Amino acid sequence: MSAIALIFTLALLAVFSYWLGRKRSFAVVNGEAWKLHSLPSYYGFYTAIWCGIPALFVLAIWMFFESSIITHLVVAGLPEDIRSLTPDRLNLVVNDIKNLVTGNIVSAEVDPSMRAAADHYIHLSNISRAALTVLVLVLAIAGALLSMRTIRREKRARNAVESIVKIFLIASSTIAIFTTIGIVLSVLFEAIRFFETVPLTSFLFGLEWSPQMAIREDQVGSSGAFGAIPLFAGTLLISFIAMLVAVPIGLMSAIYLAEYAGKKVRAVAKPLLEILAGIPTVVYGFFAALTVAPFIRDSGGLIGLDVSSESALAAGLVMGIMIIPFVSSLSDDVINAVPQAMRDGSEGLGATKSETIKRVIIPAALPGIVGGILLAVSRAIGETMIVVMAAGLSANLTANPLEAVTTVTVQIVTLLVGDQEFDSPKTLAAFALGLLLFVVTLILNVIALHVVRKYREQYE
Amino acid sequence: MTFQIDSGTDLPEREIDIVKESVSADAYSKVNRDDRKTVGKITHVDARMTCRNVNVYYGDKHAIKDVSLDIGKNEVIAMIGPSGCGKSTFLRCLNRMNDTIDSCRVTGDITMDDIDIYDKKMDVVLLRAQVGMVFQKPNPFPKSIFENVAYGPRIHGLAASKTDIEKIVVTSLKRAGLWDEVKDYLEEPGTGLSGGQQQRLCIARAIAVNPEVVLMDEPCSALDPIATAKIEELIDELREHYTIAIVTHSMQQAARVSQRTAYFHLGDLIEVGDTDMIFTNPRHQLTEDYITGRFG
Repeated sequence: MSAIALIFTLALLAVFSYWLGRKRSFAVVNGEAWKLHSLPSYYGFYTAIWCGIPALFVLAIWMFFESSIITHLVVAGLPEDIRSLTPDRLNLVVNDIKNLVTGNIVSAEVDPSMRAAADHYIHLSNISRAALTVLVLVLAIAGALLSMRTIRREKRARNAVESIVKIFLIASSTIAIFTTIGIVLSVLFEAIRFFETVPLTSFLFGLEWSPQMAIREDQVGSSGAFGAIPLFAGTLLISFIAMLVAVPIGLMSAIYLAEYAGKKVRAVAKPLLEILAGIPTVVYGFFAALTVAPFIRDSGGLIGLDVSSESALAAGLVMGIMIIPFVSSLSDDVINAVPQAMRDGSEGLGATKSETIKRVIIPAALPGIVGGILLAVSRAIGETMIVVMAAGLSANLTANPLEAVTTVTVQIVTLLVGDQEFDSPKTLAAFALGLLLFVVTLILNVIALHVVRKYREQYE
Repeated sequence: MTFQIDSGTDLPEREIDIVKESVSADAYSKVNRDDRKTVGKITHVDARMTCRNVNVYYGDKHAIKDVSLDIGKNEVIAMIGPSGCGKSTFLRCLNRMNDTIDSCRVTGDITMDDIDIYDKKMDVVLLRAQVGMVFQKPNPFPKSIFENVAYGPRIHGLAASKTDIEKIVVTSLKRAGLWDEVKDYLEEPGTGLSGGQQQRLCIARAIAVNPEVVLMDEPCSALDPIATAKIEELIDELREHYTIAIVTHSMQQAARVSQRTAYFHLGDLIEVGDTDMIFTNPRHQLTEDYITGRFG
């Protein structure tokens, strides 16, 4: 049976054993269900879990190791002259055998020993599948029957199901955590390979970014400079412009929504504002590249300024608009969390609404607002699509928002798009940049979460 | 005592004819006197605030029904009554704190020193500076003790210099009986004080803007007995400078601190009079039922 069919069968068996377990629980108390320790459905779940989970577990482990064990056995059965090949060549042969098995095009000529190996492979995997099918089905049925036998009046099926639910939940959160660790490690290892060729200091403190490597010795114009400073300067410049837009607008709209807007206005305005967060960034990207950037260039031209058509200003402005809902939504929450007693106290002393906001509400909510802004900054730093489309590629080290700059994320995209060998520093540089970016946003997030948490404790 | 005490044995004299909304027949089944009018003398010879025919609605709910009452200079007037009787709502009318509630509507006349405080031209900000308020739960701002007290004088520009403001803070803290406890900790956050100290800080904050009237909305309900005793002592001292209207759940407290007492029931002002008279010789059946603990 194929794996899909097996899993399907297992599911059917589990449903069936649920029914069996439930029926069994009624039987042990002669239909007087109130005498049972748990509700009858818990006995059903208990039986179904014992039917499904161990079998599924064995199935997963078997599938995980099956291919490598069979390959190992097939290689062991190959003639001596093939087995003594270098690992790389041997790998090719194994690939050919597997291609033969699946009926794909084979790179080399098919000789009898290869054909024999392929047959061997097919034979082994057939045996493996048959064994797996038998094993899994036996396990499922045995699990169901054995657990059914343990059903008694006083059996604590409810508690057993509870602890299994807990294990499921732990497993789910573990997957998320391990994925994060996996991503970090994969980036980290590639970055380490990069730092073997380019020193860490020249990457972190170098002022020039020009990742073209010479393919031939005599090639010109390929300096291969990997200084990350211009990229981070560009990233910070665009993020700074974005925050200049997002913080005042977001904060003020949050204040309006939280303090001044009536219930009806709020019910309409808040979702509308949050729609901004739902616009795909690629749409923001062409808005920036096709509408905002030419507009800025033309209006700059009118007052005699030389604005490049891909300016940091255009990308930053549009990114700022994208980030407004982050700032406003988080600030709105923290402003609402300031107790009404603070407002009453201030207004009871004869302060106007805006005095109250300025002198009491904002200071009280400030840590939370700062936390929200930091989260927005890390979002701005990691933003890719808008800057790819609107910011440009030239790594200028400049503070002039009218010039084109490039950002870390843009460079990562350009380095990895197209045909690249994965062992040149040019490509590996993308991982080093990714790692650095990750570290920066991680630090920002940690600070932000810490600040927000500290704020929450204040009034609870 | 500057206010008149009516003789108590006759039927109550009525200076203003008050016609009330219909009230639940059940609530008045025990009433043996004319229940549609406030019993007792609602006027005061030296009135600081006068309220006439005040009605408050929360949406459709009629929370205060045609209440008329004077609040005299330098007196402590206590407002008592079972939960939901409208005593806090009435108190909040006196400095227009009800304005902050959207659905709330106030009709009738409330004047302070002969100025209608619900007049369209009335500056609510100034009114609230003249009629300060202390809330049920101590609500110091998350600022230093000094800044808490200096808050009001700063927004109203009462102090020209740093020394002025220091003088105001010190005087207010002394009047609120908190100075000795906090004089070395003025830069510490006000939220770090104990509940009773926080409430006295809020009183200091309220009197720092030099109000004429101080409204207190159950100022001791969140405090322990010792802190309560301190606040009550303080209220008695504050009477020298301010007029105080206090809402309280505790009849003992009303008896201890006030000169006049007003008893509210389901939005009606049932009886008002000299505190001693109310507690020893209530003239309305509902008042008697309440103070003898039959409900409430």
